[in-house]
Amino acid sequence: MKAARRLLEAHTGLVLFFLYAPILVLVVYSFNEAKLNVVWKGFTLEWYARVWTDTGLVRSLQNSLMVAAITTVFSVALGTGGAWLLFRYRYPGERLLQTLVFLPMIVPEVILGVSLLILFVVVRLELGFTTVVISHVTFCFPFVLAAVEARLAGMDPALEEAALDLGATPFVAFHKVIVPYLMPAIASGALMAFTLSLDDVIVTYFTASAASRTLPLEMFGRVKKGVDPSLNAISTVFIGATILAVLTTQLLNRRGALTAPATQGGEKP
Amino acid sequence: MRQADTAFESASGNRRAPRLTAYLLLTPLLVWVMAFVVAPALIILVYSFGERQVLGGVTLGFSLRSWARVGDPIYLAILWRSVEYAGITTLICLVVGYPVAFVVGRASERHRPLLLTLVMIPFWTSFLIRTYAWVTILKSEGLLNSLLLQLSWISEPIEMMYTPFAVIIGLVYTFVPFMILPIYGSVEKLDASLIEAALDLGAGPWRAFWKVILPLTRPGISAGVLLVFVPALGLYAVNDILGGGRVDMIGNVIENQFKGTARNWPFGAALGTALLGAFALAFWLTRRPGRADRAAG
Repeated sequence: MKAARRLLEAHTGLVLFFLYAPILVLVVYSFNEAKLNVVWKGFTLEWYARVWTDTGLVRSLQNSLMVAAITTVFSVALGTGGAWLLFRYRYPGERLLQTLVFLPMIVPEVILGVSLLILFVVVRLELGFTTVVISHVTFCFPFVLAAVEARLAGMDPALEEAALDLGATPFVAFHKVIVPYLMPAIASGALMAFTLSLDDVIVTYFTASAASRTLPLEMFGRVKKGVDPSLNAISTVFIGATILAVLTTQLLNRRGALTAPATQGGEKP
Repeated sequence: MRQADTAFESASGNRRAPRLTAYLLLTPLLVWVMAFVVAPALIILVYSFGERQVLGGVTLGFSLRSWARVGDPIYLAILWRSVEYAGITTLICLVVGYPVAFVVGRASERHRPLLLTLVMIPFWTSFLIRTYAWVTILKSEGLLNSLLLQLSWISEPIEMMYTPFAVIIGLVYTFVPFMILPIYGSVEKLDASLIEAALDLGAGPWRAFWKVILPLTRPGISAGVLLVFVPALGLYAVNDILGGGRVDMIGNVIENQFKGTARNWPFGAALGTALLGAFALAFWLTRRPGRADRAAG
């Protein structure tokens, strides 16, 4: 039994090595002086400096951040509001609605991108920021909705009832009581939406115009041509941001787990 | 009684029947889903029955030409190859990922958050960046070849980029975290006393795994298989970067009908619809109530 345990742990170590080694290589080479060679020539920050003078990268990074920010706002509104309404009321046909909401999460991205492209062409909506944001919100907000639903499932209904009994209108109760309770889920959902939007290649590929190219699209075009240390540099920045985002989410979730029983009081047996 | 005439009328129990206000509040969600989920799905279906015009435009109608082409052996072969690649990727991810999920899920309270975070970080890192990372390693003058040359294990660089091997590595690397996380969710919920009971009653570790642990973690496995297989089938970008587009996958073919040189939207729409149909089938097969019940019970 003990030997089996050791074996499993060794395997886990190897898999983690497999997961992190390529990322580490990428980060290390972002500081390498040699442009095309794998030989280490010396430490440099030149590639980072180059990113800032590379208008293609800078412009697409600006696009990406703007799209991700707007997408997050819309996703949080649709996801939080939707989750609350679906939790609170018994709508006819809501199971079908739930399935449809989660469809963009499970459909392959090529199909989502292609079908949205055809839609935009049919309704004569010119490809650009609007179409990119619309398609991003479509696959991002289900993640917010799922996160909020999960937290609502553990909520004590007395929480809202108490607010209403104490004279709050339903809107005030939602704003002052429900939303604060949901905050950890909203925050981690928002972070998810932001990251997903920032990372997307395929759906954006179909729904963006040349002027609204996002950073992943720009990078995808260059990656196909080969290795470029500037790409390593900007990737390293992104990896750093991702690590920060994951740590923040973990922290939020843990705080959520701590406050949840406190808010629920002694109701649960 | 104060709220009796509002949408939020109190009723016994937690959930209430919606009144007008509650319906109005749901409108944005409803409109969004109708406009950007339902409508595109219907339009892609309609387009698949259209005809391609000379300049790449589309005449709508009821033509089966595109659908007939989907049945062409060439495209069936590409579809089959894509299914094979995605299947192999899923299998490797399962074999590689399950033990990791198990270790993380059974780790002590103290170590678990750290291990989980270590799996989450690659999960959330852009797959494009993670795929790109392999280019430096795999290219013929890359890291792996230089290493093997220096160790004198090989006398000349092996061509690793633009091979099925590279594509599979890239796909497994991209999707392993997607297999680990759902299985971890199932393993974490495992009741340790059930495993102990199996062992106490004389089952060897191997038998306890097959008869107790595996059936109890089946929901996580189904979710993981779905999360890996579905996107692996459509993720043509990995194939583009590490396969160099030398071997066509179904995603590449669809992409080419819309953005590439082929420019045949009805055919692309038919291929997309067919792929969607295949997914619906796969989804239905993995989610059949009988199986779910067995897994839960």
